[in-house]
Amino acid sequence: MTPLLTTKDLSRNFGGLKAVDKVDFEMVPCEIRALIGPNGAGKTTFVSLICGRIEPSAGMIVFEGEDITDLASYQRVRRGIAYTFQITSVYANLTAWDNVALAVQRTAGEGRQRAKKIRDGVRDALERTGLAGRQNTHAANLSYGHQRLLEVAMGLALKPRLLILDEPTQGMSDGEIENFISLVREIARDATVLIIEHNMDVVMQLADRITVFNGGKVLAEGTPEAIRANTDVQHAYLGTLAHG
Amino acid sequence: MSDAKGLILHLLVIAVLFALQFVLPDYHHGVLSRVMVLAVFAMGYNLLFGYAGLLSLGHAMFFAAGLYGAGLPVFHLGWGVPLGFVSGVACGALLAFIVGVLALRTTGVAFMIVTMMFAQVLYLAILYFGRWTRGDEGFVIPQQARRIELADLYFDLTHPQTRYSVALLLFSIVLLITYRIARSPYGRVLVAIRENEERTRLLGYDTFSNKLIAVVASGALCAAAGAAYVLIFGYAGSTLASIQYSILPLLWVLLGGAATTLGPLLGTLFMYYVVDIASGYTSAWLLIVGLVLILLVLFFPRGILGTVREKWLRWLP
Repeated sequence: MTPLLTTKDLSRNFGGLKAVDKVDFEMVPCEIRALIGPNGAGKTTFVSLICGRIEPSAGMIVFEGEDITDLASYQRVRRGIAYTFQITSVYANLTAWDNVALAVQRTAGEGRQRAKKIRDGVRDALERTGLAGRQNTHAANLSYGHQRLLEVAMGLALKPRLLILDEPTQGMSDGEIENFISLVREIARDATVLIIEHNMDVVMQLADRITVFNGGKVLAEGTPEAIRANTDVQHAYLGTLAHG
Repeated sequence: MSDAKGLILHLLVIAVLFALQFVLPDYHHGVLSRVMVLAVFAMGYNLLFGYAGLLSLGHAMFFAAGLYGAGLPVFHLGWGVPLGFVSGVACGALLAFIVGVLALRTTGVAFMIVTMMFAQVLYLAILYFGRWTRGDEGFVIPQQARRIELADLYFDLTHPQTRYSVALLLFSIVLLITYRIARSPYGRVLVAIRENEERTRLLGYDTFSNKLIAVVASGALCAAAGAAYVLIFGYAGSTLASIQYSILPLLWVLLGGAATTLGPLLGTLFMYYVVDIASGYTSAWLLIVGLVLILLVLFFPRGILGTVREKWLRWLP
Protein backbone atom coordinates (compact mmCIF):
# COMPACT_ATOMS: atom_id res chain seq x y z
CA MET A 1 0.00 0.00 0.00
CA THR A 2 1.29 3.49 -0.79
CA PRO A 3 1.98 5.36 2.39
CA LEU A 4 -0.22 8.31 3.37
CA LEU A 5 2.54 10.08 5.23
CA THR A 6 6.29 9.71 5.08
CA THR A 7 9.02 11.66 6.82
CA LYS A 8 12.67 11.43 5.81
CA ASP A 9 15.50 12.52 8.09
CA LEU A 10 13.09 14.90 9.76
CA SER A 11 14.91 16.98 12.36
CA ARG A 12 14.30 19.94 14.58
CA ASN A 13 16.82 21.54 16.88
CA PHE A 14 16.10 24.06 19.58
CA GLY A 15 19.52 25.61 20.12
CA GLY A 16 21.72 22.66 21.00
CA LEU A 17 18.82 20.36 21.82
CA LYS A 18 17.88 17.86 19.15
CA ALA A 19 14.17 17.62 19.88
CA VAL A 20 13.57 15.52 16.78
CA ASP A 21 16.59 13.81 15.30
CA LYS A 22 16.56 12.38 11.76
CA VAL A 23 13.27 10.57 12.04
CA ASP A 24 12.12 8.30 9.21
CA PHE A 25 8.47 7.51 9.68
CA GLU A 26 5.71 6.05 7.58
CA MET A 27 1.94 5.61 7.94
CA VAL A 28 -0.48 3.76 5.70
CA PRO A 29 -4.07 4.89 5.09
CA CYS A 30 -6.69 4.07 7.72
CA GLU A 31 -4.34 2.75 10.36
CA ILE A 32 -4.42 3.90 13.94
CA ARG A 33 -0.92 4.64 15.05
CA ALA A 34 0.05 5.46 18.60
CA LEU A 35 3.06 7.56 19.43
CA ILE A 36 4.41 6.89 22.88
CA GLY A 37 7.52 7.72 24.82
CA PRO A 38 8.70 9.35 28.02
CA ASN A 39 8.12 13.07 28.63
CA GLY A 40 10.40 15.21 26.49
CA ALA A 41 10.94 12.44 23.93
CA GLY A 42 9.95 14.77 21.09
CA LYS A 43 6.46 13.44 20.31
CA THR A 44 4.65 16.76 20.28
CA THR A 45 7.48 18.45 18.38
CA PHE A 46 7.33 15.65 15.82
CA VAL A 47 3.59 16.01 15.16
CA SER A 48 3.94 19.80 15.20
CA LEU A 49 6.40 19.42 12.33
CA ILE A 50 3.89 17.31 10.45
CA CYS A 51 1.03 19.77 10.83
CA GLY A 52 3.25 22.78 10.21
CA ARG A 53 3.11 24.57 13.54
CA ILE A 54 6.90 24.34 13.67
CA GLU A 55 9.35 24.44 10.78
CA PRO A 56 11.86 21.61 10.51
CA SER A 57 15.59 22.24 10.72
CA ALA A 58 16.18 19.54 8.12
CA GLY A 59 14.43 16.68 6.38
CA MET A 60 11.32 16.22 4.35
CA ILE A 61 7.62 15.46 4.83
CA VAL A 62 5.60 13.75 2.09
CA PHE A 63 1.82 13.55 2.29
CA GLU A 64 -0.12 11.56 -0.30
CA GLY A 65 2.91 11.46 -2.57
CA GLU A 66 3.58 15.20 -2.45
CA ASP A 67 6.31 17.09 -0.68
CA ILE A 68 4.57 19.36 1.85
CA THR A 69 7.66 20.43 3.78
CA ASP A 70 7.41 24.06 2.64
CA LEU A 71 3.65 24.46 2.95
CA ALA A 72 2.12 26.76 5.58
CA SER A 73 0.06 25.11 8.30
CA TYR A 74 -3.26 26.29 6.88
CA GLN A 75 -2.39 24.78 3.50
CA ARG A 76 -1.65 21.45 5.14
CA VAL A 77 -5.01 21.55 6.90
CA ARG A 78 -6.64 22.08 3.52
CA ARG A 79 -4.90 18.97 2.25
CA GLY A 80 -6.37 16.98 5.08
CA ILE A 81 -4.04 17.10 8.06
CA ALA A 82 -5.91 18.06 11.23
CA TYR A 83 -4.32 18.56 14.61
CA THR A 84 -5.99 18.68 17.99
CA PHE A 85 -4.02 20.46 20.63
CA GLN A 86 -2.48 18.87 23.70
CA ILE A 87 -3.26 21.98 25.69
CA THR A 88 -6.95 22.59 25.12
CA SER A 89 -7.20 25.34 22.61
CA VAL A 90 -10.88 25.83 21.91
CA TYR A 91 -12.26 29.36 21.54
CA ALA A 92 -13.31 29.97 25.13
CA ASN A 93 -15.60 32.93 24.38
CA LEU A 94 -17.53 31.22 21.60
CA THR A 95 -20.25 28.64 21.99
CA ALA A 96 -19.55 25.00 21.26
CA TRP A 97 -21.65 25.42 18.14
CA ASP A 98 -19.56 28.34 16.86
CA ASN A 99 -16.35 26.49 17.63
CA VAL A 100 -17.34 23.60 15.43
CA ALA A 101 -18.90 25.88 12.80
CA LEU A 102 -15.48 27.43 12.27
CA ALA A 103 -14.15 24.04 11.31
CA VAL A 104 -17.12 23.24 9.08
CA GLN A 105 -17.75 26.50 7.23
CA ARG A 106 -14.46 26.67 5.33
CA THR A 107 -15.42 23.69 3.19
CA ALA A 108 -19.17 24.43 3.06
CA GLY A 109 -18.86 26.31 -0.24
CA GLU A 110 -20.92 29.32 -1.17
CA GLY A 111 -24.53 29.97 -2.06
CA ARG A 112 -27.86 29.01 -0.62
CA GLN A 113 -26.88 25.57 0.58
CA ARG A 114 -24.10 27.00 2.69
CA ALA A 115 -26.07 27.74 5.86
CA LYS A 116 -27.71 24.33 5.78
CA LYS A 117 -24.42 22.55 5.13
CA ILE A 118 -22.86 24.35 8.09
CA ARG A 119 -25.81 23.44 10.35
CA ASP A 120 -25.73 19.79 9.31
CA GLY A 121 -21.97 19.53 9.60
CA VAL A 122 -21.93 21.05 13.07
CA ARG A 123 -24.79 18.88 14.30
CA ASP A 124 -23.08 15.76 13.00
CA ALA A 125 -19.73 16.53 14.67
CA LEU A 126 -21.40 17.46 17.97
CA GLU A 127 -23.54 14.34 17.95
CA ARG A 128 -20.63 12.05 17.24
CA THR A 129 -18.72 13.47 20.20
CA GLY A 130 -21.76 13.49 22.48
CA LEU A 131 -21.86 17.26 22.83
CA ALA A 132 -25.14 17.87 21.04
CA GLY A 133 -26.91 18.98 24.22
CA ARG A 134 -24.27 21.58 24.95
CA GLN A 135 -24.13 23.42 21.66
CA ASN A 136 -25.09 26.79 23.12
CA THR A 137 -22.69 26.60 26.05
CA HIS A 138 -19.66 28.83 25.87
CA ALA A 139 -16.57 26.67 25.59
CA ALA A 140 -15.12 28.28 28.71
CA ASN A 141 -18.05 26.89 30.71
CA LEU A 142 -17.62 23.30 29.54
CA SER A 143 -15.92 20.80 31.81
CA TYR A 144 -12.34 19.96 30.92
CA GLY A 145 -13.31 16.59 29.51
CA HIS A 146 -15.96 18.20 27.34
CA GLN A 147 -13.47 20.78 26.12
CA ARG A 148 -11.23 17.90 25.05
CA LEU A 149 -14.16 16.37 23.20
CA LEU A 150 -14.89 19.72 21.58
CA GLU A 151 -11.31 19.74 20.30
CA VAL A 152 -11.93 16.34 18.79
CA ALA A 153 -15.25 17.51 17.32
CA MET A 154 -13.44 20.39 15.61
CA GLY A 155 -10.82 18.01 14.28
CA LEU A 156 -13.55 15.67 13.03
CA ALA A 157 -15.48 18.48 11.39
CA LEU A 158 -12.49 19.25 9.22
CA LYS A 159 -13.07 15.82 7.63
CA PRO A 160 -9.35 15.08 7.70
CA ARG A 161 -7.46 12.26 5.99
CA LEU A 162 -4.98 12.33 8.83
CA LEU A 163 -6.19 13.24 12.30
CA ILE A 164 -3.49 13.93 14.84
CA LEU A 165 -4.68 13.67 18.45
CA ASP A 166 -2.24 14.97 21.04
CA GLU A 167 -3.00 13.35 24.41
CA PRO A 168 -6.75 13.46 23.89
CA THR A 169 -7.83 11.48 26.95
CA GLN A 170 -6.03 13.65 29.46
CA GLY A 171 -8.57 14.83 32.00
CA MET A 172 -11.36 12.57 30.78
CA SER A 173 -13.31 10.33 33.13
CA ASP A 174 -13.29 6.54 32.64
CA GLY A 175 -16.71 6.66 31.02
CA GLU A 176 -15.62 9.42 28.66
CA ILE A 177 -12.51 7.45 27.74
CA GLU A 178 -14.62 4.41 26.84
CA ASN A 179 -16.79 6.48 24.51
CA PHE A 180 -13.72 8.10 23.13
CA ILE A 181 -12.18 4.78 22.17
CA SER A 182 -15.21 3.77 20.16
CA LEU A 183 -15.27 7.22 18.57
CA VAL A 184 -11.68 6.90 17.37
CA ARG A 185 -12.43 3.44 15.95
CA GLU A 186 -15.29 4.95 14.03
CA ILE A 187 -13.17 7.83 12.77
CA ALA A 188 -10.55 5.37 11.57
CA ARG A 189 -13.02 3.84 9.15
CA ASP A 190 -12.38 6.67 6.74
CA ALA A 191 -9.41 8.51 8.18
CA THR A 192 -5.94 7.75 9.44
CA VAL A 193 -5.32 8.49 13.10
CA LEU A 194 -2.04 9.40 14.73
CA ILE A 195 -2.45 9.56 18.48
CA ILE A 196 -0.03 10.61 21.18
CA GLU A 197 -1.17 8.97 24.38
CA HIS A 198 0.14 8.24 27.84
CA ASN A 199 -2.72 6.02 28.91
CA MET A 200 -1.43 2.54 27.99
CA ASP A 201 -4.87 0.94 28.17
CA VAL A 202 -6.06 3.30 25.48
CA VAL A 203 -2.95 2.69 23.39
CA MET A 204 -3.18 -1.08 23.61
CA GLN A 205 -6.87 -1.11 22.77
CA LEU A 206 -6.68 1.28 19.85
CA ALA A 207 -3.37 1.11 18.07
CA ASP A 208 -2.70 -1.05 15.04
CA ARG A 209 0.94 -0.17 15.42
CA ILE A 210 2.95 1.73 17.99
CA THR A 211 5.98 3.94 17.48
CA VAL A 212 8.12 4.59 20.52
CA PHE A 213 10.08 7.84 20.73
CA ASN A 214 13.03 8.43 22.99
CA GLY A 215 15.47 11.33 22.93
CA GLY A 216 14.10 12.61 19.65
CA LYS A 217 14.62 9.31 17.82
CA VAL A 218 12.45 6.34 17.02
CA LEU A 219 13.37 3.71 19.54
CA ALA A 220 11.09 0.96 18.31
CA GLU A 221 8.10 0.35 16.12
CA GLY A 222 5.69 -2.57 15.83
CA THR A 223 2.43 -4.12 16.87
CA PRO A 224 1.25 -3.61 20.45
CA GLU A 225 2.34 -7.14 21.36
CA ALA A 226 5.82 -6.67 19.91
CA ILE A 227 6.25 -3.34 21.68
CA ARG A 228 5.12 -4.81 24.96
CA ALA A 229 7.76 -7.50 24.63
CA ASN A 230 10.53 -5.16 23.50
CA THR A 231 13.28 -4.91 26.10
CA ASP A 232 14.58 -1.54 24.87
CA VAL A 233 11.15 -0.06 25.38
CA GLN A 234 10.84 -1.58 28.81
CA HIS A 235 14.19 -0.11 29.66
CA ALA A 236 13.30 3.36 28.37
CA TYR A 237 10.08 3.38 30.34
CA LEU A 238 10.99 1.36 33.38
CA GLY A 239 14.73 1.85 33.51
CA THR A 240 14.50 5.04 35.47
CA LEU A 241 12.02 3.40 37.80
CA ALA A 242 14.23 0.34 38.34
CA HIS A 243 17.23 2.48 39.13
CA GLY A 244 15.43 5.22 40.96
CA MET B 1 -34.64 33.56 16.56
CA SER B 2 -31.93 35.90 17.83
CA ASP B 3 -31.25 36.76 14.18
CA ALA B 4 -34.77 38.12 13.81
CA LYS B 5 -34.51 40.04 17.09
CA GLY B 6 -31.22 41.57 16.02
CA LEU B 7 -32.53 42.68 12.65
CA ILE B 8 -35.66 44.19 14.19
CA LEU B 9 -33.54 46.08 16.71
CA HIS B 10 -31.37 47.54 13.96
CA LEU B 11 -34.34 48.56 11.84
CA LEU B 12 -35.90 50.10 14.93
CA VAL B 13 -32.79 52.18 15.61
CA ILE B 14 -32.85 53.42 12.02
CA ALA B 15 -36.55 54.23 12.32
CA VAL B 16 -35.98 56.19 15.54
CA LEU B 17 -33.17 58.17 13.93
CA PHE B 18 -35.47 58.86 10.99
CA ALA B 19 -38.25 60.08 13.26
CA LEU B 20 -35.94 62.23 15.39
CA GLN B 21 -35.30 64.65 12.54
CA PHE B 22 -38.88 65.88 12.79
CA VAL B 23 -38.81 66.60 16.51
CA LEU B 24 -35.25 67.70 17.27
CA PRO B 25 -34.47 71.39 17.68
CA ASP B 26 -32.11 72.83 15.04
CA TYR B 27 -28.96 72.54 17.07
CA HIS B 28 -29.39 68.91 18.02
CA HIS B 29 -30.57 68.13 14.52
CA GLY B 30 -27.20 69.33 13.24
CA VAL B 31 -25.30 67.46 15.96
CA LEU B 32 -27.01 64.21 15.10
CA SER B 33 -26.11 64.55 11.41
CA ARG B 34 -22.49 64.93 12.41
CA VAL B 35 -22.65 62.08 14.95
CA MET B 36 -24.10 59.71 12.37
CA VAL B 37 -21.23 60.40 9.97
CA LEU B 38 -18.67 60.03 12.75
CA ALA B 39 -20.42 56.84 13.87
CA VAL B 40 -19.71 55.41 10.42
CA PHE B 41 -16.06 56.15 11.12
CA ALA B 42 -16.42 54.33 14.45
CA MET B 43 -18.17 51.34 12.83
CA GLY B 44 -15.34 51.03 10.33
CA TYR B 45 -12.87 51.09 13.20
CA ASN B 46 -14.92 48.58 15.18
CA LEU B 47 -14.78 46.06 12.34
CA LEU B 48 -11.02 45.85 12.65
CA PHE B 49 -10.57 46.49 16.36
CA GLY B 50 -13.70 44.92 17.83
CA TYR B 51 -14.09 41.89 15.60
CA ALA B 52 -10.63 41.11 14.24
CA GLY B 53 -8.90 42.34 17.41
CA LEU B 54 -6.38 44.49 15.55
CA LEU B 55 -5.71 47.69 17.46
CA SER B 56 -4.75 50.41 15.01
CA LEU B 57 -3.63 53.84 16.16
CA GLY B 58 -3.67 55.25 12.66
CA HIS B 59 -7.22 55.17 11.45
CA ALA B 60 -7.24 58.95 10.97
CA MET B 61 -5.37 58.21 7.76
CA PHE B 62 -8.32 56.30 6.29
CA PHE B 63 -10.76 58.99 7.37
CA ALA B 64 -8.41 61.56 5.83
CA ALA B 65 -8.00 59.50 2.65
CA GLY B 66 -11.75 59.72 2.18
CA LEU B 67 -11.81 63.37 3.21
CA TYR B 68 -9.12 64.47 0.76
CA GLY B 69 -9.79 61.77 -1.83
CA ALA B 70 -13.25 63.27 -2.20
CA GLY B 71 -12.57 66.88 -1.21
CA LEU B 72 -9.55 67.67 -3.40
CA PRO B 73 -11.01 66.64 -6.78
CA VAL B 74 -14.35 68.28 -5.96
CA PHE B 75 -12.59 71.46 -4.84
CA HIS B 76 -9.87 71.68 -7.51
CA LEU B 77 -11.24 69.74 -10.45
CA GLY B 78 -14.90 70.46 -10.09
CA TRP B 79 -15.94 66.80 -9.80
CA GLY B 80 -19.54 66.08 -8.85
CA VAL B 81 -20.53 64.87 -5.41
CA PRO B 82 -21.19 61.19 -6.31
CA LEU B 83 -17.91 60.84 -8.18
CA GLY B 84 -16.09 62.58 -5.35
CA PHE B 85 -17.59 60.13 -2.86
CA VAL B 86 -16.54 57.13 -4.93
CA SER B 87 -13.07 58.59 -5.30
CA GLY B 88 -12.80 59.08 -1.54
CA VAL B 89 -13.82 55.51 -0.74
CA ALA B 90 -11.47 54.15 -3.42
CA CYS B 91 -8.55 56.16 -2.01
CA GLY B 92 -9.28 54.78 1.46
CA ALA B 93 -9.49 51.19 0.23
CA LEU B 94 -6.28 51.49 -1.77
CA LEU B 95 -4.40 53.08 1.11
CA ALA B 96 -5.75 50.40 3.46
CA PHE B 97 -4.55 47.68 1.12
CA ILE B 98 -1.01 49.09 0.96
CA VAL B 99 -0.82 49.78 4.69
CA GLY B 100 -2.39 46.40 5.44
CA VAL B 101 0.12 44.44 3.38
CA LEU B 102 2.97 46.12 5.22
CA ALA B 103 1.56 46.57 8.73
CA LEU B 104 0.06 43.08 9.03
CA ARG B 105 3.55 41.64 9.09
CA THR B 106 3.52 42.85 12.68
CA THR B 107 1.15 42.18 15.56
CA GLY B 108 0.19 43.74 18.87
CA VAL B 109 2.12 46.80 19.97
CA ALA B 110 4.22 46.84 16.79
CA PHE B 111 1.03 46.97 14.73
CA MET B 112 -0.16 49.96 16.76
CA ILE B 113 3.10 51.79 16.20
CA VAL B 114 3.38 50.98 12.49
CA THR B 115 -0.19 52.14 11.79
CA MET B 116 0.40 55.28 13.81
CA MET B 117 3.54 56.05 11.82
CA PHE B 118 1.77 55.60 8.50
CA ALA B 119 -0.92 57.97 9.71
CA GLN B 120 1.70 60.52 10.70
CA VAL B 121 3.25 60.24 7.21
CA LEU B 122 -0.11 61.09 5.67
CA TYR B 123 -0.69 63.91 8.16
CA LEU B 124 2.69 65.46 7.38
CA ALA B 125 2.16 64.94 3.66
CA ILE B 126 -1.08 66.92 3.92
CA LEU B 127 0.84 69.78 5.56
CA TYR B 128 3.70 69.45 3.08
CA PHE B 129 1.40 69.75 0.08
CA GLY B 130 -0.23 72.82 1.60
CA ARG B 131 -0.52 74.45 -1.80
CA TRP B 132 -3.36 72.11 -2.60
CA THR B 133 -4.59 71.01 0.81
CA ARG B 134 -4.18 74.39 2.57
CA GLY B 135 -2.69 72.54 5.54
CA ASP B 136 -4.26 73.05 8.93
CA GLU B 137 -6.25 76.00 7.73
CA GLY B 138 -8.05 73.67 5.37
CA PHE B 139 -10.44 74.46 2.58
CA VAL B 140 -14.16 74.93 2.31
CA ILE B 141 -16.09 73.44 -0.55
CA PRO B 142 -18.38 76.13 -1.98
CA GLN B 143 -22.10 75.73 -1.70
CA GLN B 144 -22.79 75.32 -5.40
CA ALA B 145 -20.37 72.35 -5.60
CA ARG B 146 -22.24 70.48 -2.88
CA ARG B 147 -25.30 69.45 -4.81
CA ILE B 148 -26.35 66.10 -6.14
CA GLU B 149 -28.23 66.26 -9.40
CA LEU B 150 -30.36 63.34 -10.46
CA ALA B 151 -32.22 64.00 -13.69
CA ASP B 152 -34.60 66.85 -12.79
CA LEU B 153 -34.07 66.53 -9.06
CA TYR B 154 -31.27 68.08 -7.15
CA PHE B 155 -30.29 67.80 -3.53
CA ASP B 156 -28.54 70.63 -1.80
CA LEU B 157 -26.16 69.23 0.81
CA THR B 158 -25.97 72.55 2.58
CA HIS B 159 -29.64 72.22 3.52
CA PRO B 160 -29.96 70.74 7.05
CA GLN B 161 -32.76 68.39 6.05
CA THR B 162 -30.78 66.96 3.15
CA ARG B 163 -27.66 66.67 5.26
CA TYR B 164 -29.56 64.70 7.84
CA SER B 165 -31.12 62.41 5.26
CA VAL B 166 -27.83 61.71 3.48
CA ALA B 167 -26.04 61.10 6.80
CA LEU B 168 -28.85 58.77 7.88
CA LEU B 169 -28.75 56.92 4.58
CA LEU B 170 -25.01 56.32 4.81
CA PHE B 171 -25.27 55.39 8.48
CA SER B 172 -28.09 52.91 7.83
CA ILE B 173 -26.27 51.21 4.96
CA VAL B 174 -23.05 50.85 6.93
CA LEU B 175 -24.91 49.69 10.05
CA LEU B 176 -26.65 46.94 8.10
CA ILE B 177 -23.38 45.99 6.41
CA THR B 178 -21.58 45.62 9.73
CA TYR B 179 -24.54 43.73 11.18
CA ARG B 180 -24.44 41.39 8.22
CA ILE B 181 -20.68 40.87 8.55
CA ALA B 182 -20.95 40.27 12.30
CA ARG B 183 -23.51 37.54 11.71
CA SER B 184 -21.74 35.96 8.74
CA PRO B 185 -19.27 33.08 8.68
CA TYR B 186 -16.61 35.64 7.79
CA GLY B 187 -17.40 37.57 10.97
CA ARG B 188 -16.95 34.35 12.91
CA VAL B 189 -13.51 33.88 11.36
CA LEU B 190 -12.51 37.41 12.37
CA VAL B 191 -13.54 36.72 15.95
CA ALA B 192 -11.64 33.43 15.82
CA ILE B 193 -8.51 35.27 14.68
CA ARG B 194 -8.96 37.71 17.55
CA GLU B 195 -9.39 34.93 20.08
CA ASN B 196 -6.61 32.60 18.89
CA GLU B 197 -4.84 33.14 15.63
CA GLU B 198 -2.71 30.01 15.61
CA ARG B 199 -5.71 27.83 16.27
CA THR B 200 -7.49 29.50 13.38
CA ARG B 201 -4.61 28.74 11.03
CA LEU B 202 -4.82 25.11 12.11
CA LEU B 203 -8.46 25.08 11.06
CA GLY B 204 -7.21 25.81 7.56
CA TYR B 205 -7.68 29.59 7.41
CA ASP B 206 -5.21 31.87 5.72
CA THR B 207 -5.31 34.37 8.56
CA PHE B 208 -3.17 36.94 6.77
CA SER B 209 -5.61 37.24 3.85
CA ASN B 210 -8.58 37.37 6.19
CA LYS B 211 -6.98 40.14 8.22
CA LEU B 212 -6.06 42.02 5.05
CA ILE B 213 -9.67 41.90 3.86
CA ALA B 214 -10.71 43.27 7.25
CA VAL B 215 -8.20 46.12 7.01
CA VAL B 216 -9.39 47.05 3.52
CA ALA B 217 -13.07 46.86 4.48
CA SER B 218 -12.41 48.89 7.62
CA GLY B 219 -10.36 51.45 5.66
CA ALA B 220 -13.07 51.77 3.02
CA LEU B 221 -15.81 52.34 5.62
CA CYS B 222 -13.74 54.96 7.45
CA ALA B 223 -12.99 56.61 4.12
CA ALA B 224 -16.71 56.64 3.34
CA ALA B 225 -17.19 58.56 6.58
CA GLY B 226 -14.41 60.98 5.61
CA ALA B 227 -15.79 61.50 2.12
CA ALA B 228 -19.29 62.06 3.49
CA TYR B 229 -17.90 64.47 6.06
CA VAL B 230 -16.25 66.75 3.52
CA LEU B 231 -19.19 66.59 1.11
CA ILE B 232 -21.87 67.15 3.72
CA PHE B 233 -20.16 69.67 5.97
CA GLY B 234 -17.98 71.18 3.31
CA TYR B 235 -14.71 71.39 5.22
CA ALA B 236 -11.40 69.52 5.08
CA GLY B 237 -8.42 70.41 7.24
CA SER B 238 -5.33 68.60 8.47
CA THR B 239 -6.64 68.50 12.06
CA LEU B 240 -9.03 65.81 10.86
CA ALA B 241 -5.99 63.71 9.91
CA SER B 242 -4.14 64.24 13.18
CA ILE B 243 -3.46 61.65 15.87
CA GLN B 244 -6.49 62.87 17.78
CA TYR B 245 -8.72 61.43 15.05
CA SER B 246 -6.98 58.08 15.40
CA ILE B 247 -7.64 58.00 19.13
CA LEU B 248 -11.25 59.19 18.95
CA PRO B 249 -12.70 56.17 17.10
CA LEU B 250 -10.93 53.91 19.59
CA LEU B 251 -12.59 55.77 22.46
CA TRP B 252 -16.00 55.78 20.79
CA VAL B 253 -15.82 52.04 20.21
CA LEU B 254 -14.52 51.26 23.69
CA LEU B 255 -17.25 53.39 25.23
CA GLY B 256 -20.08 51.96 23.17
CA GLY B 257 -18.80 48.39 23.32
CA ALA B 258 -16.22 46.77 21.07
CA ALA B 259 -17.58 44.06 18.78
CA THR B 260 -21.16 45.22 19.19
CA THR B 261 -22.84 46.58 16.07
CA LEU B 262 -24.64 49.46 17.78
CA GLY B 263 -21.88 50.34 20.22
CA PRO B 264 -20.08 52.73 17.86
CA LEU B 265 -23.20 54.90 17.48
CA LEU B 266 -23.79 54.98 21.21
CA GLY B 267 -20.15 55.74 22.01
CA THR B 268 -19.93 58.51 19.44
CA LEU B 269 -23.18 60.08 20.56
CA PHE B 270 -22.28 59.89 24.23
CA MET B 271 -18.79 61.28 23.79
CA TYR B 272 -19.99 64.08 21.52
CA TYR B 273 -22.45 65.30 24.11
CA VAL B 274 -20.08 64.93 27.04
CA VAL B 275 -17.55 67.11 25.23
CA ASP B 276 -20.29 69.49 24.14
CA ILE B 277 -21.83 69.93 27.57
CA ALA B 278 -18.53 70.00 29.46
CA SER B 279 -17.02 72.64 27.18
CA GLY B 280 -20.11 74.78 27.78
CA TYR B 281 -19.28 74.98 31.49
CA THR B 282 -15.53 75.19 31.64
CA SER B 283 -12.42 75.56 29.53
CA ALA B 284 -11.03 72.55 31.44
CA TRP B 285 -13.53 70.30 29.69
CA LEU B 286 -10.93 67.64 29.00
CA LEU B 287 -10.78 67.09 32.76
CA ILE B 288 -14.49 66.28 32.85
CA VAL B 289 -14.24 64.08 29.78
CA GLY B 290 -11.37 62.22 31.43
CA LEU B 291 -13.37 61.71 34.62
CA VAL B 292 -16.36 60.38 32.71
CA LEU B 293 -14.11 57.98 30.81
CA ILE B 294 -12.60 56.67 34.04
CA LEU B 295 -16.06 56.12 35.54
CA LEU B 296 -17.21 54.29 32.44
CA VAL B 297 -14.19 52.02 32.40
CA LEU B 298 -14.76 51.26 36.09
CA PHE B 299 -18.44 50.45 35.79
CA PHE B 300 -18.72 49.38 32.16
CA PRO B 301 -15.39 47.74 31.38
CA ARG B 302 -16.73 46.23 28.18
CA GLY B 303 -18.35 49.43 27.04
CA ILE B 304 -22.02 50.26 27.39
CA LEU B 305 -23.48 47.67 25.04
CA GLY B 306 -20.74 45.14 25.74
CA THR B 307 -21.74 45.16 29.40
CA VAL B 308 -25.44 45.08 28.58
CA ARG B 309 -24.83 42.03 26.40
CA GLU B 310 -22.74 40.28 28.99
CA LYS B 311 -25.20 40.82 31.82
CA TRP B 312 -28.63 40.88 30.27
CA LEU B 313 -29.07 40.50 26.55
CA ARG B 314 -26.95 37.62 25.34
CA TRP B 315 -28.44 37.75 21.88
CA LEU B 316 -27.29 41.30 21.21
CA PRO B 317 -25.26 41.40 18.02
